[in-house]
Amino acid sequence: MIAVKKLVKRFGLKTVLRGVDFSVQPGEFVALLGPNGAGKTTFLRILAALSRPTLGEVSIAGYKLPDEATQVRARLGVVSHLSLLYNDLTAEENLRFYARMYDVENSSARIAAVLAMVGLEARRRDLVRTYSRGMQQRLAIGRAVLHDPQIMLLDEPYTGLDQDASSMLDAALKAVAAEGRTIVMTSHDLARAEELAARFDILSRGIIVASATRKQIKKNNLLSFYKQALAD
Amino acid sequence: MATKASHPNSLSKKEAAIGGYFKAISAIIWKDVRAEFRSWELLSAMLVFSLLAILIFNFALELDVKTRQSVTAGVLWATFAFAGTLGLNRSMSIEKDRGCLDGLLLAPVDRSAIYFGKFFSNLAFMLIVEAIVLPVYSVLYNTNLFQPGLIAIILLGSVGYTSVGTLLAAMSVQTRTRDVLLPILLFPVAFAVLLSAVKASGGFLNGADFAEISFPINLLIVYDIIFIAISFMLFDAVVEE
Repeated sequence: MIAVKKLVKRFGLKTVLRGVDFSVQPGEFVALLGPNGAGKTTFLRILAALSRPTLGEVSIAGYKLPDEATQVRARLGVVSHLSLLYNDLTAEENLRFYARMYDVENSSARIAAVLAMVGLEARRRDLVRTYSRGMQQRLAIGRAVLHDPQIMLLDEPYTGLDQDASSMLDAALKAVAAEGRTIVMTSHDLARAEELAARFDILSRGIIVASATRKQIKKNNLLSFYKQALAD
Repeated sequence: MATKASHPNSLSKKEAAIGGYFKAISAIIWKDVRAEFRSWELLSAMLVFSLLAILIFNFALELDVKTRQSVTAGVLWATFAFAGTLGLNRSMSIEKDRGCLDGLLLAPVDRSAIYFGKFFSNLAFMLIVEAIVLPVYSVLYNTNLFQPGLIAIILLGSVGYTSVGTLLAAMSVQTRTRDVLLPILLFPVAFAVLLSAVKASGGFLNGADFAEISFPINLLIVYDIIFIAISFMLFDAVVEE
């Protein structure tokens, strides 16, 4: 579903990604872990066709980036720590706007289904500015799945959420994963990553230094795997 | 997939792409207008600035009737240009601050559709401000500005100014010094449009023959076409990392 070969990204003289090889199978949930400045967000922005690779090959759902970016974007849903929502529109209006941008069929029914999925039907006519951070993040997931994408890219979706909001986001993400979507999530939160993902890749200084499946890592041992990978 | 693009039987790919393109433009205009008429964030700033500017000019210049006619075009376009910069800056900042620009860029449409959506909504806001400023100016300066020829010139000038302004605002919003950078980038580039607009408006208000003002009007039309074409071609490169 996602195939990345020898990916390099430079910003001027600074090299952020130094030849990343990465692949994800359909339906797989991969957590991309690493310290600050490892290049996780840059990597995800390249997968999302928001940034051009300097060198290397990126292929998503059979389409190559950056040449077939429009086809790739139609198959992607992206959630970041920013909600990508308009404060002065209601939840319903935000989704209606994105439905038109993605040319979603039967948009009214789809919007209602998405609002039900993220548990915000009762607040659908409220302005987003009146929402708590957790509610905004749940609506952001609704926005990302509105066009029924095959692949979800989640960039630190738990940033700034309290315990309750994180638990609600967990439930929303599990519902999204249960629909068989391919998911790549960056996170600092090892416990949440361990709970949700089936595979863990560690990115450090612009390169993937270790990769393991849930089966390969003994339960509750992701932290030592992570520390070992960074130490090596 | 729920998107229409994945159902080749319902529409041909080309027709679907064209339909999606115009749908995206109209969606952005709808979103901008709806959000603005709730918050009044952009229009209120532009309006207050414009009204204060013409009020200050009115008291500062202490003009007789004849001189008023000659300075009207300059005062009007200076006001429109500064107020327009405020609006252009704010319009793109709203997109950038909550990551909404990324939300737009993630949509599977040609990025020129995003440019045109923002251009038309910025133009609409600028025209609304101008429609309010003109009668106030007419009363304060005792000059009738509601003349079809002058309104056409204002429309042409606003199209040129907003078209290049939208492109440069998308560029400057990526920087930390965006509030300062936009006017620094925009005024030298839009100088030709502003100069043509002032010449054409001034000539019109002073009762010049059409032959005398046809050159700046033609120049305005040419600049409008060039700026829109350049922005259409460059917008993708400007917003991409």
